[in-house]
Amino acid sequence: MPRFRPFQFGRMGRFRSLMRMTAVRLSAVYFLLFAICAVVLVVYVTATASTIVEDQSRRAISEELADLAQVYQQSGIVGLVRTIDRRSRQPGASLYLATDPMGRIIAGNVESLQAGVLDDQGPTPDAFSYERYADDNGHRYHLAIAEVVSLPNGMRILVGRDQSEQVRFRGVVQSALILALALMGVAALIAWFFVGRSALKRLDGVTASSARILSGDLSERLPVTGAGDEFDRLSDNLNTLLARVSLLQEGLQQVSDNIAHDLRTPLTRLRTRAEGALAAPPDLGEAREAMEQMIAECDQMIRTFDALLMISRVEAGSDQVIKSPIDLAAIAADVVDLYEPLAEDANAELLLDAPPSLTVVASRELIAQALSNLVDNALKYATDPERKIKIRVTLSEGNGAWSLAVSDDGPGIPIEKRERVLERFYRLDQSRSMPGSGLGLSLVQAIARVHGGRLVLDDAGPGLTVRLDVPKEERQGSERGDG
Amino acid sequence: MMPAPAATTSTESMRILIIEDDREAAAYLVKALREAGHVADHAADGEEGLHAAETRGYDVLIVDRMLPKLDGLSIVTKLRDNGQSTPVLILSALGQVDDRVKGLRAGGDDYLSKPFAISELLARVEVLGRRRGAKDVETSYRVGDLELDRLSHEVRRAGKPIVLQPREFRLLEYLMKHANQVVTRTMLLENVWDYHFDPQTNVIDVHISRLRSKIERDFGSPILHTVRGAGYIMRAEAEA
Repeated sequence: MPRFRPFQFGRMGRFRSLMRMTAVRLSAVYFLLFAICAVVLVVYVTATASTIVEDQSRRAISEELADLAQVYQQSGIVGLVRTIDRRSRQPGASLYLATDPMGRIIAGNVESLQAGVLDDQGPTPDAFSYERYADDNGHRYHLAIAEVVSLPNGMRILVGRDQSEQVRFRGVVQSALILALALMGVAALIAWFFVGRSALKRLDGVTASSARILSGDLSERLPVTGAGDEFDRLSDNLNTLLARVSLLQEGLQQVSDNIAHDLRTPLTRLRTRAEGALAAPPDLGEAREAMEQMIAECDQMIRTFDALLMISRVEAGSDQVIKSPIDLAAIAADVVDLYEPLAEDANAELLLDAPPSLTVVASRELIAQALSNLVDNALKYATDPERKIKIRVTLSEGNGAWSLAVSDDGPGIPIEKRERVLERFYRLDQSRSMPGSGLGLSLVQAIARVHGGRLVLDDAGPGLTVRLDVPKEERQGSERGDG
Repeated sequence: MMPAPAATTSTESMRILIIEDDREAAAYLVKALREAGHVADHAADGEEGLHAAETRGYDVLIVDRMLPKLDGLSIVTKLRDNGQSTPVLILSALGQVDDRVKGLRAGGDDYLSKPFAISELLARVEVLGRRRGAKDVETSYRVGDLELDRLSHEVRRAGKPIVLQPREFRLLEYLMKHANQVVTRTMLLENVWDYHFDPQTNVIDVHISRLRSKIERDFGSPILHTVRGAGYIMRAEAEA
């Protein structure tokens, strides 16, 4: 058998394993999605904001140009140049520029312009860079948008607005975004580290425990932190499974011990008898008798063995058993009919209390076997030569279930021993002298289970009731187990 | 070990093929069947067995379920597909709950789980081999001075009517149908009650003794005999 090795991570392998974990992968995906959304949102907001600001600037420029046009109409070029000159000097003024037809600057606050801005009339399509007179802060070049008008004499007038604020605003937003994304990234990494590490640690714990279990220690259980999360639920379920497995294993151990005892004892008797017959002086009559006893011993062993096999077969699951619609009332009547003469001989009265017919999906042979075991038990253990005992077979249905009971008014079983009589090979002390395998009730219980029901021992006051409670099956007429 | 001598009641010999891979068990079966007056052959694997069964005419086939080359159920299925109706007794070490049903569904005529008493096997082989004698269509049976009318459900011995319960009637009917053949307790449970489970106690014996008291008590001569270690046999003393 290959030895089970727990999954081990190397130092570098650890990070790769971390990346393989579902939780970590999921948070990476979330982080990425969130980052994309944030970037898109910020880009959209800044783009919209700058469009609005640019529109406002352009409108203001147009208004100012209209204003200047009025001045030009009222006071001619001189008035216009003077007005421009005056406005240029006001603090926080817009951009103004007037050039002669040669393109030489005659008024305004612009020292130099990006080449070509004055060539076309109308609003400038893009922001352009310029240099301003008397710029008090260090940056000489700024960005601006403007509108250019040419006068009939060839002069050009430019009115514009500075865009530096907007550029700065965009820069602030961008760095804020980068900072936020960086912070998120760091936070996600930290979260990964702790979440992933604790998940890994717990998985390691589970792996280590299961390795110990696999190496044979069925008492080991998977760790449960009590957090009630999916790890705990998984561990809980696996622990339940383990408990069931170890219970079954104990049962198996118990049974194999019992088998060893119950088959070794008759085997020993068999061997002793054969040896004795061999050692004795040859006598045909005695030899025959010894052989007959040996055959009887064998038959009893076969019977025990068959019962054990049947129990294990039945307990292996319902797929092993052919079920079909059967009339329980007919089976009950058959079994009563079969045992009735025996009951009479045993000074008992066998009574049947059943509806005329009750059809359910079940295994005919197994139900008949179960009922016959119960009646047989009652005849063996409840009867009394001094007193006539009543044994009643009752078939009833209700609440989506049917039950088949055998009750007697015999001595009954003390309440504290009722659970035990269902164990394999268990026999009440006083019944050790009776023939029987000690498997009868175990078999009935297995039959009850394979039909999804259970076996109940009850006080019949006085006496014992043994009842098979079985829920009705939904599917009708299904037959399985072929192959 | 000798088979119970009383089981050898055959009046005519049958040709029987045993398909069984356990040579020791097969040799013992062959010996027992020959001692019972039959002709017995042995095939050690499924293919050999199928070939023998197809080419030589046998009255009864005894087929083990688990065989090398071709398993027992497949042999039966193939024979039946080819239109052969030779009675088949299936032997099986599985012998649990539904194996019997599967064996009979595959076309087997009877089923016996290992280990079995040789007397049980002999009794069943006798019944299988004689099945072709059309006893099923007879409307009345007669053993010595005991008469059973299957239509009117009347039973008479030496002309005197005997009143039987329905189950007792069916028990007697089966016993008389197989008169002069050993009938085992399991065969009775299977054929009269139609169950195959183990009744733990010998319930059948009690039924037999009741029936016996009704058909023998007032008439002196025994007619329903116990065959020790095997079962029962219906036989008029004069014929024995």
